[in-house]
Amino acid sequence: MSLTKTDIRNLILAAAALAICALLPLGDNGYWLGLGVTIAMFTTLATSWALFSGPTHYISLATAAFFGVGTYVTGLGIDALPFWSLVAIAGLIGAVLAALVGLATLRLSGVYFVIFTLGLAELVRQSITWVQNNTGQKGLYVLTDLDEAGIYWWLLGLAAAVFLTGWLIGRSRLGFALRVIGDDETVAAHSGINTARAKVLLFMLPGAVAAMTGAILAPRYVYIEPSLAFAPILSFQVVIMALLGGASRLWGPLVGVIPFTFLLEAVSSNFPNQTTLVIGIAFLVIVYLLPGGFVGLLGKILHRLNAREGA
Amino acid sequence: MVNPVLSLRGVTKRFGGLVAVNAMDFDVAEREVVGLLGPNGSGKSTTLNLVSGALPLTSGTVSLWGSPISGLPAQTINRKGVSRTFQLVRLLPSMNVRENVIAGAVFGHRRRWGHDAHDHAEHLLDKVGLGGKGDMPLRQLTYIDTKRVELARTLASDPKVLLLDEWLAGLNPTELQIGITLIKSLRDEGRTIILVEHVMDAIRSLCDRCVVMAAGTKIAEGTPTQVLSDKEVIRAYLGDDDA
Repeated sequence: MSLTKTDIRNLILAAAALAICALLPLGDNGYWLGLGVTIAMFTTLATSWALFSGPTHYISLATAAFFGVGTYVTGLGIDALPFWSLVAIAGLIGAVLAALVGLATLRLSGVYFVIFTLGLAELVRQSITWVQNNTGQKGLYVLTDLDEAGIYWWLLGLAAAVFLTGWLIGRSRLGFALRVIGDDETVAAHSGINTARAKVLLFMLPGAVAAMTGAILAPRYVYIEPSLAFAPILSFQVVIMALLGGASRLWGPLVGVIPFTFLLEAVSSNFPNQTTLVIGIAFLVIVYLLPGGFVGLLGKILHRLNAREGA
Repeated sequence: MVNPVLSLRGVTKRFGGLVAVNAMDFDVAEREVVGLLGPNGSGKSTTLNLVSGALPLTSGTVSLWGSPISGLPAQTINRKGVSRTFQLVRLLPSMNVRENVIAGAVFGHRRRWGHDAHDHAEHLLDKVGLGGKGDMPLRQLTYIDTKRVELARTLASDPKVLLLDEWLAGLNPTELQIGITLIKSLRDEGRTIILVEHVMDAIRSLCDRCVVMAAGTKIAEGTPTQVLSDKEVIRAYLGDDDA
């Protein structure tokens, strides 16, 4: 693998940006750090989501399912195992679950896949509720000495890992195969691509990452129960943020996550009952005005500028 | 025929009660160009789809170098060296011309990646007459150029057998001459080709042998001159009065 000068420059810039972000807890420990955790969380989720759904155009609503499984891994294991191993186990379980879901559904296309992934989160949530009802248990307490800054650094590390993985996949045959599949699955198969294997492999990544994110965030909730851990709204937020930024570039979802988090924050503090309304409006705006997200908009502007220069 | 590259034995495809392809038998020798002819709806494209793995067979066997490939998924058949174009051109709209060709080179029969794939794609683009157009987006291409891109992608994995599904259809007379010259150059390189075609000029100048189908069944086989004067063939195309 050879790196061009641009690659090296981008890597250095990314590392510098990461270092600056890592300094946040030193400056502020309250409001801004809380916002930082939310942004880091959605950046991780939306970026890993777009790694699969961007090229293939398969809209997955399974984020909440994987996320919830991750929080339960931490909730159940926190007294017995060190925190880092719980994050790793959550990642493993998330990947295996995603592989199973992928094998069962990725041969389906379009709307069937969407509905299945949405149903999956509900299925896991109802199963856990059922178990709790039968055992008389209500929820799980997650008590650790991991503070907000610790959670923030963990998420930041995970986000960095997701970006690095995404960058490597983008340069790999697997990433290229996914683009071909997204464009035309028949051509992909007739060009020698094992389409089912490529899709399942890449679907495991957002599964693992969402589960790890859940595992990392569990201490923040202190008390977890199914309706909180598997909240379906999370899946929709991730999709909307990723699409708002644009799922066709690695950095696209990040561009959507930051403004959307600030918007949600402003709305939820001023009009606490209207958050769902804002999400709905944002979705309409994306569909009607920004079909390619901010990335697509930027592409259009650049294209227009180039055309003007050429004329 | 000694050691055919590709042979079909009793290849049959049913769609419910309709028998689209009925017990097709024929062989293709190495370096041979075989034309698959027949009126519309006679099962030519379906036969090609059965060979390439786009559709599963109802019964029968397709063998490549004597080993069966029928029943394998399309990607495996492609990796074994059978590559095809589509009746309606299929390209990858989010990619430029070069990437479209590279897509055929990375995962197929002979695999290339990185600079190797890039150079190979450039070489193929030169060959099909698209030299220097690698960076162009697809929407700027003319119709024949989209066909050229698809042909280059099909060639990119160095296939053993090339399946061309009406590659010359829809071209204007000037383009048709260019197209025929292009396919002829592939023939002169010694490639093994099956082409589904309606254009008689092309069939006469390109094919070593023709297989003619009507209503899913093989009705004639032989040199272009032989089959085109065959009574059964004339009846299939023009009806009883002219035979």
